[in-house]
Amino acid sequence: MHEVGLMENALAIALNYATRDRASHIHQIALRVGDLSGVEPDALRFAFDVVTQGTIAERAQLKIETCPTVCYCNDCQREFRPIELGYECPICQTWSSSILQGKELELASLEVS
Amino acid sequence: MCTQCGCSEVDSVVLHSATESHHDHHHDHPSLARTVEVRERLMSKNDRFARQNREIFQANNLLVLNILSSPGAGKTALIERMAKLWGDRAAQVGVIVGDLATDNDAQRLRAAGAIALQITTGTACHLEADMVAHAASHLGLANLDLLVIENVGNLVCPAAYDLGETLRVVLLSVTEGEDKPLKYPTAFQSADVVLLTKMDIAEAVGFDRETAIANVRRMAPHAKVFEVSARTGVGMDTWLNFLQTQWVSSLVEVAR
Ligand SMILES: Nc1nc2c(ncn2[C@@H]2O[C@H](COP(=O)(O)OP(=O)(O)O)[C@@H](O)[C@H]2O)c(=O)[nH]1
Ligand SMILES: [Mg+2]
Ligand SMILES: [Zn+2]
Ligand SMILES: [Zn+2]
Repeated sequence: MHEVGLMENALAIALNYATRDRASHIHQIALRVGDLSGVEPDALRFAFDVVTQGTIAERAQLKIETCPTVCYCNDCQREFRPIELGYECPICQTWSSSILQGKELELASLEVS
Repeated sequence: MCTQCGCSEVDSVVLHSATESHHDHHHDHPSLARTVEVRERLMSKNDRFARQNREIFQANNLLVLNILSSPGAGKTALIERMAKLWGDRAAQVGVIVGDLATDNDAQRLRAAGAIALQITTGTACHLEADMVAHAASHLGLANLDLLVIENVGNLVCPAAYDLGETLRVVLLSVTEGEDKPLKYPTAFQSADVVLLTKMDIAEAVGFDRETAIANVRRMAPHAKVFEVSARTGVGMDTWLNFLQTQWVSSLVEVAR
């Protein structure tokens, strides 16, 4: 799987921000991971330990905030959380293709010193 | 102050357990630690390359397809057939093939008249935009109007990587089971087009067309659906007509 590659990206971004901030330690890395991002939080955790070894983020805590899928129904003009797979509006039963949240895969913040 | 490492910890006391060697203890320095807001996508590097690719493709009036499927769903066979038909209609088709190990996909495609380049991804299970950028630079884009990217056979991670394509095409072969779209929501959700492939054997394998299409609609209401057979050619004309229309409208868009 490509979680190692993703965590390498995360680490590169983190190191970049830490350097800019003149930090010598990264204590925490917080990620936002959407339900539709296609990655497994557990696999990310495993990969995190691998890629941070020997860096200033070694032993940092990995915080993963998961983001549930949120869609928008054009007909009802309202947001909804799909109940099961698929993006069916619970009110009017049409299928929405407008996804407001759930695809996130981002580095939200760091804690450094 | 932490007696073991000399760090000045004033706000809270960290207890180092006796069994824990010093270098195993978790340093937590709330008084000194500060929060840095980042909010950057893990894909940001790939996104940048994808954007660049898209600009280059547009500048060359190229229609670019990113083809995703499970292994064996018929990507190469489909592109072979497309290369022959497009060659008769318009010009040569450029193809970039990603595969885990060297195999003869690129050779098969060249035999079908395409200009094909293989990217051997090694252990990588998907193509990334920078690999495509590199391969595309070797293809001579100016002479092409259709570029097809055969992604690595896998419906999981290729879905997460934008390559700069015009259209993302996800294949579902009739032998795979009608519930596949439900099992791979990310891939199907990201599709602009879903092709039901190997339609020539649909009946023989008891393919439930209605259920399959309903499942595709459910995951990808916005996607166009075509039914094709690379073997017999059934449905290929409709599919290529659609591509030709897309190509023309992308030209119009650029000209605006
Ligand atoms: N009956 C039938 N078999 C097909 C069709 N397209 C591909 N195949 C077969 O499916 C297998 C995998 O095809 P290939 O194009 O290599 O799949 P890929 O791994 O997705 O590139 C091969 O044995 C093909 O001959 C089709 O339209 N009809
Ligand atoms: Mg192939
Ligand atoms: Zn609705
Ligand atoms: Zn991958």
